[in-house]
Amino acid sequence: MRGPGPFSMRGLFPFLGQRLFRALISLWLVSTVVFIVMRLSGDPVPLLLSPDAPISEMIRVRHDLGLDQPVPVQYAIFLGNVLRGDFGRSIHFREPAFTVVRGYLAATLELGITSFLLAAVVAIPIGLLSAMKRNSLVDHAAMGVALVGQAAPTFFLGILFILLLALKADLFPTSGRGDWRHLVLPALTLGAFTMASIARLTRSAVLEVLRADYIRTARAKGVAETWVVAKHTLKNAAIPIVTITGLQFGTLLGGAVVTETVFAWPGIGRLAVQSIYNRDYPVVQCTVFFAAVMFIVINVCLDVIYGLLDPRIRTS
Amino acid sequence: MASSIPASVPADAATIPAPTVGFYSHRRRSAWLAYAGIGFVLVLVLVAVSAPWIAPQDPLRQTLRGRLAPPTLEGADGRAHLLGTDQLGRDVLSRVIYGSRVSLMVGFSAVTIGGLLGSALGLLSGFAGRRVDAVVMTVADAQLAFPFILLAIGIIAVLGPSFPTLVVVIGLSGWVSYARILRAQVLSLRSREFVEAVHALGGSTLRIIAQHVLPNVLSTIVVIATLELARSIVLEATLSFLGLGIQPPTPSWGGMIQEGREYLDSAWWISTCPGIVLMLTSIVVSRTGDWLRDVLDPTLRGE
Repeated sequence: MRGPGPFSMRGLFPFLGQRLFRALISLWLVSTVVFIVMRLSGDPVPLLLSPDAPISEMIRVRHDLGLDQPVPVQYAIFLGNVLRGDFGRSIHFREPAFTVVRGYLAATLELGITSFLLAAVVAIPIGLLSAMKRNSLVDHAAMGVALVGQAAPTFFLGILFILLLALKADLFPTSGRGDWRHLVLPALTLGAFTMASIARLTRSAVLEVLRADYIRTARAKGVAETWVVAKHTLKNAAIPIVTITGLQFGTLLGGAVVTETVFAWPGIGRLAVQSIYNRDYPVVQCTVFFAAVMFIVINVCLDVIYGLLDPRIRTS
Repeated sequence: MASSIPASVPADAATIPAPTVGFYSHRRRSAWLAYAGIGFVLVLVLVAVSAPWIAPQDPLRQTLRGRLAPPTLEGADGRAHLLGTDQLGRDVLSRVIYGSRVSLMVGFSAVTIGGLLGSALGLLSGFAGRRVDAVVMTVADAQLAFPFILLAIGIIAVLGPSFPTLVVVIGLSGWVSYARILRAQVLSLRSREFVEAVHALGGSTLRIIAQHVLPNVLSTIVVIATLELARSIVLEATLSFLGLGIQPPTPSWGGMIQEGREYLDSAWWISTCPGIVLMLTSIVVSRTGDWLRDVLDPTLRGE
């Protein structure tokens, strides 16, 4: 029995429908948890007003924020607003939370995309080289560094980079956002884990393919080694590499919280941490929601790509 | 900070692949390395337990005259400070030694919570039928979709930083990997003849779990727990670094790295010493997990 070939649409839509449904449930759960946690975190009104504000003023502000409603009503209102992209007004910035978060988004995307590209561009050739020169000095050195990169705590890597490359060697600024030199250390820090993971996975994916019969056939036919790699190996190793690469992009969002704090990078990660300290519910909700939506969208896109490249996935 | 555990195992995970050339020698090498890794953890536990006797000084004793002293054999107070002193003149070596207590206590407690919860939910998901399975796995998906560090920061900011909060939050962050892998193993074990035979002979589900499933998945649990220990220790340090973990003056590695940040230029040792110990611990423990996996459960090798 033959299944659908690559790029055929058969079976794709039920598969996607199921994925999409799960993604929507994930979003609902995430927003519910966000709502519960933020409502547990105490009353923000005293933070908004001066300590000697009259009771009437407090009641007015509570009413404006909808905090005087019963909790289930607040929850229903919250869900309805989320659907419309309305996260309320920031308590700290005094403008719509969505606008605030959008303002910080560019910095996070700049950092995230740079570190992701840096990681992919460095890691894929290294993984390939490691696999081709298996058990050589290059392989052992590269995989050793990759293991360290995977296990090292992100925030301490950042501190080490600041100490060695910014303070001692004076090559890059220690913090803040500006020209490309500001971007190097945060991007390296944030990308370290991703870089290490992609390098290790590329190596094992390529090794896996190199063991396959068709590679032996190609070699036996006398095909040049570079051509074997370029045509057969990379093409077949691409699927796992694309998948893990995409998944890693999602984990970058979590890492951004720590990296942005270490380097005082003005993105949504740092905004979220500061908003939690300010008890600025709407901004926290909006940030977390943004991050979860990005992660889920990336995953659904990956499922589409994966389902197109490898039809076996749909039926499993 | 995500773990490198494969999200799912192949459906035929329980069938052991044919050994490749050099498989056994590789496995023996892993066994020795795993022993070495376990030895490292035992030494660390020993250091943490005996901290009051082996720490050269009281980790809280301040000597303002001897602040920010570089590593020295004879400081301003006439004592040796092998790793220097911090901004309050406290001995960095003693603080690093005491800091291991926080890391290990939080790490082991969190792994216990996550392991019990995740294993229970994984078994439940595998045995209890489609509806329960769908609910558990959807919650797992949602948790993975969430930048967990944000949730952790949120919860701790609400409840206030304390040891129990920290342990529960970090423990909760880790249940998904146990649940997913155990579920996959249960699903594959359930269709095996010996389990079906027990079922046909009238063995209850509890009996099947206790007698047949648990012994088969125990090694998997040990492997995941080791990888989770490394992740928990790093997460604790990260939260302490953000000011949400163990509060000063109790020494913790993450907190020390945070305190030393301001003095990075003039007194690098305050941040760097606990940082290097933390990094070493994280690398050795997570590698031990990988080695254990090679030895105990070759089918789990994700790469």
